[in-house]
Amino acid sequence: MEKKLTSSDFFWAFVRSNFLQGSWNMERMQALGYCFGMVPIIKRLYEGEDRKKALKRHLEFYNTQPFVTAPIIGITAAMEEQRANGKNIPDSVINGIKVGMMGPLAGVGDPIFWGTLRPITAALGASFALTGSLAGPILFFVLFNAVRLAIRWYGIKYGYTKGTDIVSDTGGNKLQKLTEGSSILGLFVMGALVNKWTSVNIPVVVSQITNAKGEVVTTTVQTILDQLMPGLVPLLMTFACMYLMKRNINAIWIIFGLFAIGILGFATGILNVK
Amino acid sequence: MELSSMQIIAIFIIASVAGMGSVLDEFQTHRPLIACTVTGLILGDMTTGIIIGGTLEMIALGWMNIGAAMAPDAALASVISTILVVAGHQSIGAGIAIAMPLAAAGQVLTILCRTLTVVFQHRADSYAEEGSLIGIDICHLGALLIQALRVAIPSTLVAMYIGTGAVQAMLDAIPAVITGGLQVAGGFIVVVGYAMVINMMGVKYLMCFFFLGFVVAAFTNFNLVALGVIGLVCAIVYIQLNPKYQVAAAAPGNMSSSAADDELD
Repeated sequence: MEKKLTSSDFFWAFVRSNFLQGSWNMERMQALGYCFGMVPIIKRLYEGEDRKKALKRHLEFYNTQPFVTAPIIGITAAMEEQRANGKNIPDSVINGIKVGMMGPLAGVGDPIFWGTLRPITAALGASFALTGSLAGPILFFVLFNAVRLAIRWYGIKYGYTKGTDIVSDTGGNKLQKLTEGSSILGLFVMGALVNKWTSVNIPVVVSQITNAKGEVVTTTVQTILDQLMPGLVPLLMTFACMYLMKRNINAIWIIFGLFAIGILGFATGILNVK
Repeated sequence: MELSSMQIIAIFIIASVAGMGSVLDEFQTHRPLIACTVTGLILGDMTTGIIIGGTLEMIALGWMNIGAAMAPDAALASVISTILVVAGHQSIGAGIAIAMPLAAAGQVLTILCRTLTVVFQHRADSYAEEGSLIGIDICHLGALLIQALRVAIPSTLVAMYIGTGAVQAMLDAIPAVITGGLQVAGGFIVVVGYAMVINMMGVKYLMCFFFLGFVVAAFTNFNLVALGVIGLVCAIVYIQLNPKYQVAAAAPGNMSSSAADDELD
C-alpha cells in the first residue's frame, strides 16, 4: 500500500516547527530542532530500521533563519514520502537539499524578517507603548505572529507541493525582488528612526546676545547643529557603531561605551537631556 | 514592595516563557514589549510595564540572532528591569540603565546554555539509534527547559528579594551623576540597534534610501505609518523601474520601439 502523509501530519509538523530553535546548540545548531519537526512525518512513513535511519538523517548540522525552514520541511517531507514508497533517494540528496537551501533562504529571511518586519512592527508597537497604551504590545504581537504563522503554514504546503521545483522557482527573481524591496523599506525606516527616535542635546553655550526687541537669545552648539541638519549627531553615532561592529566589536561593549559617553558628558555638562 | 507567593510563581512562569521565547525567537515573548508588559501586569502596574517595554524595545530594536552570533538577551533584561522599576520603586531611566548589564549577563548565560545543550544533541543521537521518537522529543524539549530556567531562576530570585531592602539599598546607592548620565545615554543608545540592522542588510548600493528616510523624518512631522508607506512606495517603484527585473518583459518592448523608430526615420 502506498504511504501517504495526511493533513494532520502536516499540521503537527507545523506546530512543532514553531519550536525549531529550542535545542539550538553550538555543535549542530538547529539539527535536533529540525528532527523534532520531522517526527510526525517520520512516524507516518517509516518503521523499524528505516525509522532509525530517517531520524539519523535529520540530525545532521542545520541552521537557517527559523521561519524560512517551512518550505524546506515541505520539500524534505515530499522526498521522504517518495523514498518511503520505494523511490531511490539517497541520504546525501536529502541532506544536500537541506544544506543547499538553508544558506540562500537565510539570505532572504534575515533581511525580510529580522531587518524589516520585526523592527518595523516593534517600532510601531513601541511608539504606542511609550504613551502607556496597551495597543502597542498587542499590535506588535498580533502583526508579527500573523505574518510568521502564515509563512510557516503556507511555506510547508508550498514546499511539499512544489518539491524540488522550488529550486528553479527561487532561481527566478521573485525572491530577489522581495529581499531587495524589503531592504529598501527597512533602510528607509531605519533612516527615519535614527532621526526621530534619538535625542542628543549639547547645551554648551556659543553666544548670548540681546536682540533688537530686547530678548536674550542663547545659541548653543545644539541649536547650530539643528539649523544645519536635525539629528546629525545620532547619524554620525550610527555610522560609528556600524564601523565598530564591522570590526567585530560586540554590540554590548558599544552600548557600555555609549553609556560611558553619556555619564562623562553629563558630568562635564557637555551633554544633557533634551 | 513585598511580593506575594502567587506573584512570585507568576513571575517564574512568565520568565520561563520569556526564556523560551529568547531561544526560539518565534512568538517574540522575549521582546521587551511583551515581557515587560506581562511582568508589569503581574506586579499590578501594567502601564509602567508597557512604558518600560516601549523604551527597551527601541533600544533592542536591532538585537537579533544571525547565524551563530548571539544578540544581547532581551528576556532577562526585560523581566528583571521591570521588577526593579515597579516593585523596587526605581525610575524608568534607572531601570533601562540596569537592563543593559542584565542583557550582557543574559547573553553570556545563553551561550553557556547553548554549549550545555550539545549534551542533549548527543543523547538524541543515541535515541535515534534506538528509533525512539519519544527520546527525540524529550531531548529537544529538555534543552528548551534549560533555556527557560536560565531566565526564570535569576528573575525569581530578584522577585523574592526585592522586598527585603537589600536590593533597594543597592539601587539607592547609585550616585545621581550616573543615573543622569544614563538617562542622557538612553537618548542615543538606540543607534546601536539601528546600526545592527543596517549592517545586517549589507546593501551599500541601497543606502540612498536610508538617507532619504533620514531627511524626510528630519523635516516633516509624519508618523511611523506615513513613513512606512513612503518607504514601501520607494521599494515598489524601485523594483518596477529597475532594468534588471525587466529582461523578459523588455525584449518585445524594445523591438516594437525600434520598429517605431524606423518608421519615424
